[in-house]
Amino acid sequence: MSTLAVHDHGLVHHEEGHEHHHKATFLNTYVFSQDHKMIAKQFLITGITMAFIGMCLSLLFRIQLAYPDKTFPLLETLLGRFAPGGRLSPDFYMSLVTIHGTIMVFFVLTAGLSGTFANLLIPLQVGARDMASPFVNMLSYWFFLAASIIMLSSFFVQKGPASGGWTVYPPLSALPKAMPGSAEGMTLWLVSMVCFIGSSLMGGINYISTVLNMRTKGMDLWKMPLTVWALFLTAVLGVLSFPVLVAGVVLLIFDRSFGTSFYLSDIVLNGTVQPFEGGSPILFEHLFWFLGHPEVYIIIMPAMGISSEVLAVNSRKPIFGYHAMVYSLIGIAVLSFIVWGHHMFVTGMNPFLGGVFMITTLIIAVPSAVKTFNWLATLWRGNIRFTPGMLFAIGMVSFFISGGLTGIFLGNSALDITLHDTYFVVAHFHLVMGSAAIFGMLAGVYHWFPKMFRRMMDERLGYLHFWITFIGAYLVFFPMHFMGLDGVPRRYYAFTEFPSMARWLSVNVFITWAAFMTGAAQIAFIVNFIYSIFWGKKTIQNPWQSNTLEWTAPIEHHHGNWIGEIPTVYRWPYDYSKPGADEDFIPQTVPFSQTMSSNLPHDFEDNPEGLEEYNKWTVTNKANEQVK
Amino acid sequence: MAFKKVIRSKKIYPLLAALMLFGTTVMAQDATTAVAQGTTTPGSPDSMANSAMWTGVLYYTLLFLVGCVCLAIVGRILKVYDITQKMQGKKGINWNGFMGIICLVFLIAGMYGAFWSIFVQGSMKLPVAASAHGGEIDTMFNVTTILTLIVFVITQILLFGFAFVYRGSEKRKGYYLPHNNTIEKLWTIIPAIVLTVLVVFGFFTWQKVMNSDEQKGDLNIDVTGHQFKWELRYPGPDGKLGTVNYTLSSPLNVLGIDFKDRYSLDDLQADTLVLPVNTPVRLNIHAQDVIHSVFMPHFRVQLNAVPGLPTFFRFTPTITTAQMRVETDNPNFEFLLYCNKICGGIHYNMQKVVRVVSQAEYQDWISHQKPYLTPQLKQQLKLASEKSVPAAASRLALNN
Repeated sequence: MSTLAVHDHGLVHHEEGHEHHHKATFLNTYVFSQDHKMIAKQFLITGITMAFIGMCLSLLFRIQLAYPDKTFPLLETLLGRFAPGGRLSPDFYMSLVTIHGTIMVFFVLTAGLSGTFANLLIPLQVGARDMASPFVNMLSYWFFLAASIIMLSSFFVQKGPASGGWTVYPPLSALPKAMPGSAEGMTLWLVSMVCFIGSSLMGGINYISTVLNMRTKGMDLWKMPLTVWALFLTAVLGVLSFPVLVAGVVLLIFDRSFGTSFYLSDIVLNGTVQPFEGGSPILFEHLFWFLGHPEVYIIIMPAMGISSEVLAVNSRKPIFGYHAMVYSLIGIAVLSFIVWGHHMFVTGMNPFLGGVFMITTLIIAVPSAVKTFNWLATLWRGNIRFTPGMLFAIGMVSFFISGGLTGIFLGNSALDITLHDTYFVVAHFHLVMGSAAIFGMLAGVYHWFPKMFRRMMDERLGYLHFWITFIGAYLVFFPMHFMGLDGVPRRYYAFTEFPSMARWLSVNVFITWAAFMTGAAQIAFIVNFIYSIFWGKKTIQNPWQSNTLEWTAPIEHHHGNWIGEIPTVYRWPYDYSKPGADEDFIPQTVPFSQTMSSNLPHDFEDNPEGLEEYNKWTVTNKANEQVK
Repeated sequence: MAFKKVIRSKKIYPLLAALMLFGTTVMAQDATTAVAQGTTTPGSPDSMANSAMWTGVLYYTLLFLVGCVCLAIVGRILKVYDITQKMQGKKGINWNGFMGIICLVFLIAGMYGAFWSIFVQGSMKLPVAASAHGGEIDTMFNVTTILTLIVFVITQILLFGFAFVYRGSEKRKGYYLPHNNTIEKLWTIIPAIVLTVLVVFGFFTWQKVMNSDEQKGDLNIDVTGHQFKWELRYPGPDGKLGTVNYTLSSPLNVLGIDFKDRYSLDDLQADTLVLPVNTPVRLNIHAQDVIHSVFMPHFRVQLNAVPGLPTFFRFTPTITTAQMRVETDNPNFEFLLYCNKICGGIHYNMQKVVRVVSQAEYQDWISHQKPYLTPQLKQQLKLASEKSVPAAASRLALNN
């Protein structure tokens, strides 16, 4: 049934592909393209742009944290009324923190990461000519771009962008008079998020249907690369959780603009009694974190998938425990829906619920641990090739360990009483989902750059970029743990008001300089990226000697990916350094009949005919050897 | 290609030198003119600051560009070296081996750095818990720290150790090892057991700490957060706090205390959260406008203040401020209560001093606190009640 569908689709697309060749214009090739490879590039470049903006915002507030008493006239020149006298205003500081978080979480690590690699890799790695619905796919990008523009435009409204933190808890975000950012800036934030969620849903539905319906012949689920598994499960998470955020956001819009009281009750603002009654801010927190927690797995799972693939290819070894890797991804995906309450231990939620959420949260550490050990076992006795992509994948594992372990503290509700909302949390999530996910993304960019742009990136600049960024990120986030242990809260504009916190100022100066160093290293990446797009070394067909399907597609891009028939898949994607094979990799498209000397009984677990053939072959082979 | 030409061109170096020279002279000139301006026309500090700013920007930009050019030169040299080596029939730079060695160097330096940070910066953490339940939390923290540190050290050593030991070479081949069920079961079950222990330990501690049911002898104190201040309310001699209704809030009666409730009449206001040592305290936490969070890290206490949803935290302070001053060797030490949930622009400065004192000192202090029912408020209430319910007014007068 499914083979039939794939076949039909292939045919239809082939014809469409021809049609496209006749009237390829600039507009339908580069702008309103429906080709998944071009859409992936659009997502990537928009994502990198947003990442760059988000990084600059963080550098701005790092200046304030390191030098709370100094004035920088340049800031006033650049930011005008947001930095009167060359110092950021407290409200604008909050805006920076808020928009930095929003951009990084949603626009870079959700859309930039999933959008890029799901679009690029799903069709190429499962062997499809394009997404299930190329038009919806195009819409997904344009909604994302609109959301980005709306989000950034909030810097140009009178009272500045949203400033209630990226979690936008009401009543702070619901009462325009509670802080300047809760006025028009917040409205724009909400509008932008609705567009963003639209984009995310359209993308997610597409990814799911492509993976389920459009795999090539022979590509059963257990032959898919881990990247596709990860991106598929990510899309499922997104489709199930983002609608809940829409519900939360729409109710917030109602509270803000239409006088309802979903989240508001018993409020006296600036001495004026407000007419709201009967709502609960905790309701919003539940709705928000019902998305918010799966969201962090939406961020990290594609990075996990990419790292798994890159680690296996460059260790020249099969990924260790492929089935365990898939099951742990599924486990993480399922569990991620029942752990959201660990963000709310001290919100006043019933303490019994806190206990339950602690149990589910710490259970999720088990599949995460399995994944980590499996990555380590993949490196063990490998023949490691340090491409920049590989280094970033190793860095991702390192960050995931460092940041993941502190999650065991925060997931424990009793410890969370002291650690909640301190710098310990900042350190934790910047390592485990910030740095780890961005390293997964960069690993993917370096690894699949030849597939996207038909040229190679410069390796030495890649090495430079990796080491400075890797060391810099640790220098920035590691000391923050100890600020948290001293009870320093996050989102504080200055530590100067507390004698006990003032002693952390020297550490803040250090962190700021480390952040600037890390920021400067990104210029090496940008230069490398742009230069290599136009003038990089031309790539060969399969530059990393990889097994997956995307490297069988011609280097020149075609709408439809493969000229002629889509290759058939015969084996799993991780046959690296298989004993008995001539080369240290056997692509998925090579049938077992061509590799008799390297076949193992394990290869024919659910294929009795193949096993019979294999047994026959081994018997005759032995007989031949005896004759000799 | 154009970029390559720029880097290769020999003209770039004199140009660079000229640029740097120009930059420093501009700086010097600017400095002198600025000084001159400063002495002659002190009325134009704006232009002065402006020019100083732009030279600063120019200086750092130039510095960065110089750094980039230096890097490019190093890159070129490496490339030339690589090519000459290859021309001589030798192998070029072995980047793979080099990266493997850097991984090892990073591992050693990183471990040193991590432990330096843990010992030096880690020693700046909060002092010993000043509450009865805080000790249990600290014990659990220490157990978790030791367990996670062991895992941290082992896994990072394995990660970068493997990266170094198994760095690629053409002589070797990877070891084909798709899975090993025994070891996979092992490393699923061991974390599961360790986590189960932590969960059970944590669950019971949490249930105990968060049990805020009122018991006899508790000192009930109201803490109310609003932008950007905490209000405190102590019970008077009757030991009970009166009811509060936010609709009654007015400039004189910020909290909206309902004075029709008999228990409200003697409620006291205070500037400092003074607590008697070794007495169970039950904080009734309220918020008036947005969410705030009562954070008292020294007591290991934190709970959000949510408008419309009163929350409670029951704890027993065990160390007085005076004792803590000796303990921390800091004569100015104060316990603090501060806001830990983003609540607006001045969120960073919403603090209250907490002072833990002996029972006798507490009794003395509480007897000097003023009631919420100030004479002006009494006047206002009298006027209001005379208009509506005379009976209430007579009771009011009787009570005072």
